[in-house]
Amino acid sequence: MACFLIPTTEAIVTTILQRVLSSKEKNMEIHHEGDSSENLPKSGFSRKLKWLNNMLWGGSALLALEHVWHGEVVPWFPFLTAASDSSSRSEMFHEMATVGVTMALLVTAVWVGMVVVSSRLEKKADKPVEEKN
Amino acid sequence: MTLLISIFAAIIATIAWYKNAPKDDWKIGTLALMYWGASLMWMCDAIFEYAEAKEEFFQPAVADMLNDTFLGFTVIALGLLIWLAVLLIKDPKGVIKNALKKNENEN
Repeated sequence: MACFLIPTTEAIVTTILQRVLSSKEKNMEIHHEGDSSENLPKSGFSRKLKWLNNMLWGGSALLALEHVWHGEVVPWFPFLTAASDSSSRSEMFHEMATVGVTMALLVTAVWVGMVVVSSRLEKKADKPVEEKN
Repeated sequence: MTLLISIFAAIIATIAWYKNAPKDDWKIGTLALMYWGASLMWMCDAIFEYAEAKEEFFQPAVADMLNDTFLGFTVIALGLLIWLAVLLIKDPKGVIKNALKKNENEN
């Protein structure tokens, strides 16, 4: 019905967050120019947040097509066929609260897993260099 | 069927990304993440559908399956279109930039 709206909302929030973090990281790089590169983050968090953005935006866009295909999203107001009457509206909100929220949580959980694994791999890759020093 | 097709697309895109990693001149990583995002979302949808329909979930009508297959391939095409737009806008190899510069110099 409109479950894809929950991941889309999350995508909007994470995209804004990623833009803010990215500009902060760039400022830090300029600030540390000339210093030793030890203070710089090995792989910026904004880059990792971009993975989540890609998953959320891509998934939402493809799911939106499915909803258009099934006639649940239309190009005229109120754009969602389920929003036209109150009984289907409550059904739509129920679906958003269950399926939509689960979708957003699952994608975020997979992303958290990806971040944890990549951070461990980065630490492992750094260890031999530290031991040599 | 849509879920299966998107999972296969995600696996193929991930293999293509891994083959060229750490280089990502073609932005295949973005395509793979897009397909994985869609696959995870459809997986949720499938779990909720299974909880409602139980065994019937695994016995879809032929017409429904055909429609879902058609939808699956349309979804893959849309994913490829988005990826192509991202690739041309970001232009990681600088092909478009160089072509525009060349045109400016010729004029």
